[in-house]
Amino acid sequence: MTVRRIYLDHTSGMPLDPRVVDAMTPYFDRVYGNPSSPHSFGNEARRAMEDARGQVAALIGAEAREVLFTSGGTESNNLAIQGVALRNRSRGTHIITSAIEHMSVINPCQALSKQGFQITSIPVDSYGVVDVDALRAALTDHTILVSIMYANNEIGTIQPISAISEVVHAQGSLLHVDAVAAAGQIPIAVQVDAIDLLSLSSNDLYGPRGVGALYVKAGTRIQPIVQGGGQERGLRSGTENVAGIVGMGAAADVAQRELSQDAARLVGLRDRLIHGLVDAIPEAYLNGHPTQRLPNNVNVRFNYIEGESLLLSLDMEGVAASSGSACASKTLEPSHVLLATGLKHEEAHGSLLMTLGRQNIVDDVDHVVEVMPSIVKRLRAISPLTPKELM
Amino acid sequence: MYSDKVMDHFRNPRNMGEIPDADGVGTVGNPVCGDMMNIYIKVKDDRIVDVKFKTFGCGAAIATSSMITELAKGLTLEDAMKLTRSDVADSLDGLPPIKMHCSNLAADGLHEAIKDYRQKKEAEK
Repeated sequence: MTVRRIYLDHTSGMPLDPRVVDAMTPYFDRVYGNPSSPHSFGNEARRAMEDARGQVAALIGAEAREVLFTSGGTESNNLAIQGVALRNRSRGTHIITSAIEHMSVINPCQALSKQGFQITSIPVDSYGVVDVDALRAALTDHTILVSIMYANNEIGTIQPISAISEVVHAQGSLLHVDAVAAAGQIPIAVQVDAIDLLSLSSNDLYGPRGVGALYVKAGTRIQPIVQGGGQERGLRSGTENVAGIVGMGAAADVAQRELSQDAARLVGLRDRLIHGLVDAIPEAYLNGHPTQRLPNNVNVRFNYIEGESLLLSLDMEGVAASSGSACASKTLEPSHVLLATGLKHEEAHGSLLMTLGRQNIVDDVDHVVEVMPSIVKRLRAISPLTPKELM
Repeated sequence: MYSDKVMDHFRNPRNMGEIPDADGVGTVGNPVCGDMMNIYIKVKDDRIVDVKFKTFGCGAAIATSSMITELAKGLTLEDAMKLTRSDVADSLDGLPPIKMHCSNLAADGLHEAIKDYRQKKEAEK
């Protein structure tokens, strides 16, 4: 008997939407000109790319000319942070970020700190919400950039971006928002929220990997980090990945049209899964905010057990998930996001991240709710930390 | 990726549990680091006649604990002290490199249990 496989790890990778695959297919072999070429072959490719730029812009309420294509969310974050920092150095060398950012924000900031920039990391509360008062207090005349994510990829907490934007702009700094986890899940409007730079990843929209975008508000001072032939208005050189870009455009288009119905359905599945686990299993707790939360995100911790053994046990039941445990990571450190919310190391180790997607159905959620109590019970029976009354 | 043997010991751990009247108990690791185990031994005529474990940790931590109990059962204390981390890993057909250091604590746990037994014995004299 084969176990039915259930994929609840959409934060690690998403399947391509079939409509995205259809949109991309002609651009592998039939349309192959270089968008920079002035002949008809180049024109075809360029038109497709510009259509995609418009589709991505529409998802976030931007103008098409304000969207640059990159190789993904990591490059977008690097370009935003390094590009703004290096271009605006004469105005100041202070950058503010939060304690729960993605490594592709934290590490470029750390690299800049070795080049004479000062980095301030703003704390979050126990739900993972950025402390706006601490942000206000940290801003100085030398602060050139604030980088805060729209929503967190691990615990799903959505940040008060418009309040953050107001505080940042009152000081005259630029605001970069990493929206990789949020885009396609919740509505984003860069003009309404006065966002200066915003990072997107195609794969997190059910588009192909290896493509991303950076929104750069018209007039924003930024310099390239990749030098070459001057593509993407000189800010991102290199012949464009036309098929990938077309795929990202199609993915953004589907996401924009279906966002509200997708989100409503996922919120239903999400809350069914959260309550199914937290209500049925003793000492199981939700990580992150109960309502200010991405529709696809479930992050639950189970005391006295460790996340990787939970992942292995779920995998034996056909369920793919992710963990905040050190043992499931490359660094042997538990999730910095969970620690920033005030969890103890052993609590972070016992956390399980499940991210829902378009293909998941109620049966998937119910299967997890059905198998989890006995998995947790078995691992707790093996653990020396489990109190007698839970055995 | 774990070997089939690791997964077998993770799925069906051998000798899991406590020995309430153990002659020696070894505790190694720390829940803060994500791996912690207790090894319990029963000793007769300088030989390990029973051994059990309880482990908080990843798949490798549970599998190595289970394996050390299989390797140690029936050995003299002297031979059991000679069991190494590599013996445990080899008996499991290897461990992923990153797990060799952090989760391969079972041999240390056994040695601690034997030391505990010897100290108690010494104190009785």
